[in-house]
Amino acid sequence: MGSQGGFYQSKEFLDLVKSIGEARSKAEEDRIVLHEIDTLKRRISEPDIPKRKMKEYIIRLVYIEMLGHDASFGYIHAVKMTHDDSLLVKRTGYLAVTLFLNEDHDLIILIVNTIQKDLKSDNYLVVCAALNAVCKLINEETIPAVLPQVVELLAHPKEAVRKKAIMALHRFYQKSPSSVSHLISNFRKRLCDNDPGVMGATLCPLFDLITLDVNSYKDLVNSFVSILKQVAERRLSKAYDYHQMPAPFIQIKLLKILALLGSGDKQASENMYTVLGDIFRKCDSSSNIGNAVFYECICCVSSIYPNPRLLDSAADVISRFLKSDSHNLKYMGIDALGRLIKISPEIAEQHQLAVIDCLEDPDDTLKRKTFELLYKMTKSTNVDVIVDRMIDYMISINDNHYKTEIASRCVELAEQFAPSNQWFIQTMNKVFEHAGDLVNIKVAHNLMRLIAEGFGEDDDNADSKLRSSAVESYLRILGEPNLPSVFLQVICWVLGEYGTADGMFSASDITGKLCDVAEAYSSDETVKAYAVTALMKTYAFEIAAGRKVDMLPECQSLMEELLASHSTDLQQRAYELQAVIGLDAHAVEGIMPSDASCEDIEVDKGLSFLNGYIQEAIEKGAQPYISENERSGVLNMGNFRNQDHHEPSHGLRFEAYELPKPVVQSRIPQALLPSTEIVPVPEPMYPRETYQTPVPSNSSSAGSAELKLRLDGVQKKWGRPTYTPETSTSSSTSQKTVNGAAQVEGATTLNSTRETYASRKPQVEISHEKQKLAASLFGGSSKLEKRPATGHKVSKASSHVVEKSHVPKSSKEVASEKTAPAQPPPDLLDLGEPTDTSTVPSLDPFRQLEGLLDTTQVASAANGATAASRSPDVTALYADTPPVGIHNMGDADLLSGLSNPSVTNMPGATAKPQLTQSSGKGPNPKDSLEKDALVRQMDMCGQRDCHINMIQPYGIGGGLKIQERAETLVLCSI
Amino acid sequence: MGIRFILMVNKQGQTRLAQYYEWLTLEERRALEGEIVRKCLARNEQQCSFVEHRNYKIVYRRYASLFFLVGVDNEENELAILEFIHLLVETMDRHFGNVCELDIMFHLEKAHFMLEEMVMNGSVVETSKANILSPIQLMEKAS
Repeated sequence: MGSQGGFYQSKEFLDLVKSIGEARSKAEEDRIVLHEIDTLKRRISEPDIPKRKMKEYIIRLVYIEMLGHDASFGYIHAVKMTHDDSLLVKRTGYLAVTLFLNEDHDLIILIVNTIQKDLKSDNYLVVCAALNAVCKLINEETIPAVLPQVVELLAHPKEAVRKKAIMALHRFYQKSPSSVSHLISNFRKRLCDNDPGVMGATLCPLFDLITLDVNSYKDLVNSFVSILKQVAERRLSKAYDYHQMPAPFIQIKLLKILALLGSGDKQASENMYTVLGDIFRKCDSSSNIGNAVFYECICCVSSIYPNPRLLDSAADVISRFLKSDSHNLKYMGIDALGRLIKISPEIAEQHQLAVIDCLEDPDDTLKRKTFELLYKMTKSTNVDVIVDRMIDYMISINDNHYKTEIASRCVELAEQFAPSNQWFIQTMNKVFEHAGDLVNIKVAHNLMRLIAEGFGEDDDNADSKLRSSAVESYLRILGEPNLPSVFLQVICWVLGEYGTADGMFSASDITGKLCDVAEAYSSDETVKAYAVTALMKTYAFEIAAGRKVDMLPECQSLMEELLASHSTDLQQRAYELQAVIGLDAHAVEGIMPSDASCEDIEVDKGLSFLNGYIQEAIEKGAQPYISENERSGVLNMGNFRNQDHHEPSHGLRFEAYELPKPVVQSRIPQALLPSTEIVPVPEPMYPRETYQTPVPSNSSSAGSAELKLRLDGVQKKWGRPTYTPETSTSSSTSQKTVNGAAQVEGATTLNSTRETYASRKPQVEISHEKQKLAASLFGGSSKLEKRPATGHKVSKASSHVVEKSHVPKSSKEVASEKTAPAQPPPDLLDLGEPTDTSTVPSLDPFRQLEGLLDTTQVASAANGATAASRSPDVTALYADTPPVGIHNMGDADLLSGLSNPSVTNMPGATAKPQLTQSSGKGPNPKDSLEKDALVRQMDMCGQRDCHINMIQPYGIGGGLKIQERAETLVLCSI
Repeated sequence: MGIRFILMVNKQGQTRLAQYYEWLTLEERRALEGEIVRKCLARNEQQCSFVEHRNYKIVYRRYASLFFLVGVDNEENELAILEFIHLLVETMDRHFGNVCELDIMFHLEKAHFMLEEMVMNGSVVETSKANILSPIQLMEKAS
C-alpha cells in the first residue's frame, strides 16, 4: 500500500538511494554524494525540465544537505518550485525551502509573495502548505506581510487550517511578541474551538504566554481543569487515544499549564485537586505513556499549592518508578523525587538506597540525574560527602560542558554550606586543579576574598591559621605540572599576600616558587603579572619588616627579562618592583601595607589634592574649567541629559535613524540638537595643562590596587554577605543562625528516621559501604544498621500489585462503556461564552478530492487512476479505531509486542531471511512473515525488546550481512 | 519550544532524516549529528533512553536498524517524547505498511510531511493518525 502512488520515482533516483543505503563508510557515502552534486549541477539548470523530474532533483538536493554537503547551488530551484500549480510539487518545494533556508536568507523575499498568494487559495491543502512555510520562514520583518491573512485563517472552516494558523501566530509571537500583542485574545478564543486538534495546538502558545505572565490567565484555570477532566473521562474522539490512554499528549500539556497557574496560588490549586486525584487513580501504570502522564502529574502536584493526599499519591508513584527495573522509569523517578523533596523533604529518606544505586549505576545519564537530585538536597550536614562525590565524578569525565556545570555546582554548594574554612579551601583547590580553566573567574575572586577576609569575625587567630594552611597547600600544589591559569592566579596572589606572614616560610622560599611559576608558565602573561606583583609584595613586606632583601639570581634574571618585555603591563610591573626595592622601609610601608587587601581604597574623584595647583593657575590668569557639556554651548544641560540619553551632545552620528518615538519624549532634544551641532566647540581657548593634569596617585600603589580583588558585582554566599567591613558582626551572626537552623533541621530528620525505622526490622544485608554513604547523605548515622526493612516494602509492593490489577480492569470497563459515543461532545468547555458551535459538516474526503482534482492539473492520468482505484480500501482501513486498525494490518504480534514489552517473540523461528526487494512490499502476508523472522533474528543479536518491523536496507537481509553491519557499527562507535 | 530537532539515523550512523526546529548551519548540524550518534550508538539496551548532550536532552529509541533521536530542551517530559517517537513510527507504519528504513529513504518527503503535520514550532500539535495522514493521502490521490 501507498508505496509508489503519485510519487513518481525514476530509476536514477532509486539507484542513488540504493547506493547511499549500501555505502559502508562515511568516505564512500561522501564520494557518492560528491558525484551526485556534480550530476545535479549539470542537470538542474537544463531548460524545460518536467515538473516531476524537478521534484526529484529537489529531493536529491535534500539528500545532499542531509548528508552534510552544500547544495546551495540548487536553492533557487526549490524556491521556484513553490510557485508550481501542482500541490504535491508545491509542497515539496516548500519543504525543501524550509530545510535549506533560514529565515534571514536573501531568497526568502522571493517566497513571501508566493506564500501570500497561497494563503488565499481555495484549496485548503495549499493553504496548509503555505502555513507550514510561514512557521519556518517568516521573520520579524516579513510578519506584517502575512499577518492579516493568517488572522483571517483563524476562522477557516477546515480545522487543519485553523490549527496551523494558530501555530503561525504562535511563531510570530515567539519571533516578535509586540507584532501580535493585539491578537493574543485569539489564543483564548481558539481554546474553545470545537475541534480537539485546534484546542490542543492552542495550548502551545497559551503555555508560553502563561509562563511569562501567570496572573493574566488565572481566569482560565477552571476552563483548563474542565478540559482536562473531559479528556481524562474519554470525551474526546477515539482518534486521539494512544495505547488506550485518552489524548495523553493533550493531558500532559494541560498538566504543564496547570502547574504554572497553580504555583503559589492556593485558590487556583484547590480547583485542580479533584481532577489530579482522578488522573492518579485512573491512569494506566503499565504503559510508558501512562507513566509519562503520571510523571507530569507529579510535576504539577509539586508545583501547585501542596495537598497532602496528592503528595501521598505522588510519593507512591515515585517509589514505584524507583523500584522499577526500567532505567527510564528510575530516571523519571529521580527527577520527580527532586521536585517533590522541595515540598516534603522527608520522602527522600525512604528511597535512600534506591538513590545510591542510581548514583553508582554505570549509566551516565542516571548518574547525572542523581547528582542533580543530590545537589537539590544538599545541606550543611551532608555537603562534604556530596561535594566529594561530585568532584570525583568531575575528575572522571571528559565532557567539558558537563564538567563546567558540575564544577560550578561544587563551588556553589561549597560556598553555601562549607562546614569549615579548611574544607572549603581544600575543596576549591580540587575544583581548580581539575577544572580550573572551566570555572568562572569570579569563583577565583571569591576564593581570594575569602582567604583575605577569613570568617570576618574577631578571631584573628583562626584567620591566620586559614591563611597558613592555604599557603602551605599551595606551595605543595605548585609542584604539580600544568595547573590551570585561574588557579595559578589565586596561588600567586595568596603567596604574595600571606606567603611570609606566619614566618613559616622565608622570603626566598616564596620568591623562588614565584619565579618558578613565572618561568614555567611563561606564555601566560596574566599569571606572570600576578607572580611579579606577588614578588613585589613579598619584598615590600621584607623591607617594611626591616630585613635585608637579597634577590635570588633567578629572580634577577626574571626581572631583566621583564624589564625588556613586549608587554607594557609586565614591563611596568617590573619597573615598579625595581623602584620599590630601592625605597626605605617607611615609604614601602606606605605604598605596600601588609595584609591590606580588604581595606577600602579611597578614590578622590574630585581630585581635590590638585586644588592648590589650580588656584595658583587661576590666579595667574588661567580660565576656570568648564565641563565638556557646558563647552558644547547648550545651556540647559541638566535638563537635556535627563530628557534623552540617546543624543550625544555633539559630533556626527553614524548609526541609522531610529524609529520614530512617542512625540512627547523626543521633542525637546530634537529642538536642541541643531544648536549643539552648529555652535563651535571652544576647546582651543583653554590652556592645555588644565585638563592634562598628571594622573594622580603613585604608580606603584596603583599596580598593587590592580591586583586586588574585584569586589563589585561578586555575590558572596558564604562568609559575610557583603564586602563592607561594618556589617561583619551582624552578618556573621546570621551565618551562625543559618548553621543553627540547618542543624535543627538535621536533628528533626534524625528523629523522624528513628520513628519510622523503629517499626521495621532489618532483614537483608546491604554492603556496609552503601549504608555508610546513605547515612552520610540522608543523615542518621546511628540508625544505619536499621535500614528500611524489605518485609515492609514487599507488603507495600504487593498491595500495590493488587491495586494495579484492579485499575486496568476498571479502566477497560470504562473504555467499553465509553465506546458508544464515538463523536466528541461539540463543546469542550463550559465557559458560559456563546461559542460558535455550528458543527462543521463532516466533509466527504472524496468530494474534497474532487475539488482538489479540479484545481490541480494532474499530469499523469494513469497514476491518478491507480490511486483512485486504491482509495476505497485505504479509507476502509483508516475508518477503524486505532488499536483495532493496527491489529488488522497483519503485524499484530510486533506492534503488540511494542506496547507491551513483556510479550516475547515466538522462539525458534526458522524462517530464513531472504534478500528482500522492499520496493514491492506491502501488506503481503508472506513479506511480513519474512520481516518478522528477520526481526526475531536480530533480536537474537541482542537488541532491545521493543521492535517494530524495520527491515534492513536494500540487499542486507541475510544474517551474515547483519553481522557485517554490526562490525561496522563497532568501528563507528569507536 | 520543546523539540529542537528530530533525527533518524541508522546503526551505521548515517542520517536518514533530519528536521531541525532551530536554525543550525550545515557544519553545526554535521558536528552535532556526529557527536550525538556516537554517544547514543555506544549505549546498551539496559541504559536509559535519554542522553544529555550540551544543552540538549536526547531521547532516542531504536527500531531494528534505525534510531530515532529527538533533541529536546530541559523542560520536556522525556517519557512522553519517547512515546511520541513511537507514535511517529506507528503512523509511518500505518501509511507504508511494515515500515522500514528504505521506505523512509525512498519517500523522504512523505516522512517529512508527516512530521510537518505532527510537530510545529517545536511542539507536538497533532497526534491523531488519521489527521496526520489525510493530507498525504489526498495528495497521493491527486497526483
